[in-house]
Amino acid sequence: MRATALALLLVALLAPPAFAQDGRALFEQGCATCHGDGAQGRRGVAPTLHGAGAQSADFYLETGRMPLANPTDEPVRTKPAYTAAQRRALTRYIASLGGPEIPQVTPERGSLADGQELFASHCAGCHQIQAQGGVVPDAVAPPLQDATAVQIAEAVRVGPYVMPAFPESQIDRHELDSIARYVLSTHHPDDRGGWGIGHIGPIPEGMIAWLLAGAALLIVAQLLGERRPA
Amino acid sequence: MRRLWRAIVVLVAVVFGRRTRAEPPPEPPSLEEGVPFERETGAAPRVELVAAALLVASAVPALVFAAGVLAGAGTQLLGAGLGAALLLIGAALAVGANRIVPRERAIEDRPQLGDPEARAEVRQRLGMVGEGVSRRRLLGAAGLTAGAALTAAVVAPVTALGPAVGDSIVDTPWKRGRRLVGEDGKPLTAEDVAPGTFVTAFPEGADKRELGSPVVLVHEDPVTLRLPPGRADWAPEGIMAFSKICTHAGCAVALYRHPKYEPTSYPPGLACPCHYSVFDTRTGGRVVAGPAGRPLPQLPIEIGEDRVLRAAGGFSGPIGPSWWGVRKA
Repeated sequence: MRATALALLLVALLAPPAFAQDGRALFEQGCATCHGDGAQGRRGVAPTLHGAGAQSADFYLETGRMPLANPTDEPVRTKPAYTAAQRRALTRYIASLGGPEIPQVTPERGSLADGQELFASHCAGCHQIQAQGGVVPDAVAPPLQDATAVQIAEAVRVGPYVMPAFPESQIDRHELDSIARYVLSTHHPDDRGGWGIGHIGPIPEGMIAWLLAGAALLIVAQLLGERRPA
Repeated sequence: MRRLWRAIVVLVAVVFGRRTRAEPPPEPPSLEEGVPFERETGAAPRVELVAAALLVASAVPALVFAAGVLAGAGTQLLGAGLGAALLLIGAALAVGANRIVPRERAIEDRPQLGDPEARAEVRQRLGMVGEGVSRRRLLGAAGLTAGAALTAAVVAPVTALGPAVGDSIVDTPWKRGRRLVGEDGKPLTAEDVAPGTFVTAFPEGADKRELGSPVVLVHEDPVTLRLPPGRADWAPEGIMAFSKICTHAGCAVALYRHPKYEPTSYPPGLACPCHYSVFDTRTGGRVVAGPAGRPLPQLPIEIGEDRVLRAAGGFSGPIGPSWWGVRKA
């Protein structure tokens, strides 16, 4: 079983040029059921992909959000269904239908402090300040712990599912660098206080403080109340 | 987390368990053995001075706290002040209890408690409580000082309440013709509010921190709008402005749910991250979910010839959180 899997993996790794597939053919097989022939979209099921561009295609395919088993499900991050070569081919095909390019982002050029401020005002309402994710009415705002800089930039511009989109007029390229830098910094937070406690904000911290203080008080009360041996 | 909890439970069990097992209940003392009544009095005047000094000293950090609250000092200083005051009062009480108050050891003469003689004796004994305390007035004054200072420390935070809301919920900075500016103070044009985005805006030249100032701008397809009667021209090209202050508890309405593809997700809505009140933008801010009791007030806007967004009047209702059960717009 394991040997077979390994062999398959080897073949998959060594063979991409041989299997380099036509994006359009892949699309007709895996995506056209919902997005329609020629990616025109199907009314009430899935939108047209003309104008979506490499920006959306790369985001949805690289994060495993597409293909979706049921069109009414919320797309969430999973293991990509296609190989890297297939994803590239599909993205090339969608890009050929027109739409924005994959956004340029260089987190190193951004400022961490600005990034946190921008993230707090634009993103933290749903994704929570440590980018651990949260809820919006009727949907889940995903944690951003696995997101790459490019995927962060794509999501900001695309506005996937019920997330609003943030065009260049609202978050410019430099600000996007800063936001990406901040989000990447939350992947390895330096917990100056010691315990991170899940990085989900002040509630667990308060809870722990109460527990520890309560235990300490119990011990003190016990020591005070103990009788001195006669 | 689970291990920590288990450790605490085990610790508590060990401490209590040891106690209950180790100590048999003490036998009641009998009248024959020991002295039935013993009294130690006479605190050294020095000790009373120490207690008084501690009490007076406690007034200093307590007053520092009170002054700190009024002067807006840092929380670290405030905590240290109040902590030091309580600590010093505690030390004074400990000294007093151990060294000043007369110590008695009495073995109760149960059977005789009912008779008048014993009652007289108890009354007499109670009358002797002050015996051996030579500087009562000093201690009283010191205690009063400490109490007054601590009271001041406890009462001072009351000044943190307010300021009064006044007319700011009805009288907002928005007036007809006032331009909408972004956080950077630059006027916003219709092009700045692309469909699917939401933008926070303020009245030009007004205080951004005022409750009535911030609005959120959203852009919906004009065909889908079903605004209440009388608001037909409030949303030119589908651009709408709503107060950013939630009508439930006054949080900032910071969430905008905008579907990428509506048939398979949800209609657009503005949501408050505090308690998840959701307001339907297409029907002029109607509450569709959550605890908010009245719609989000809408601000009529118009697009000038220069494409700059301007207010076309005041809000559709009082802004800010609902108070005393107000449920009408």
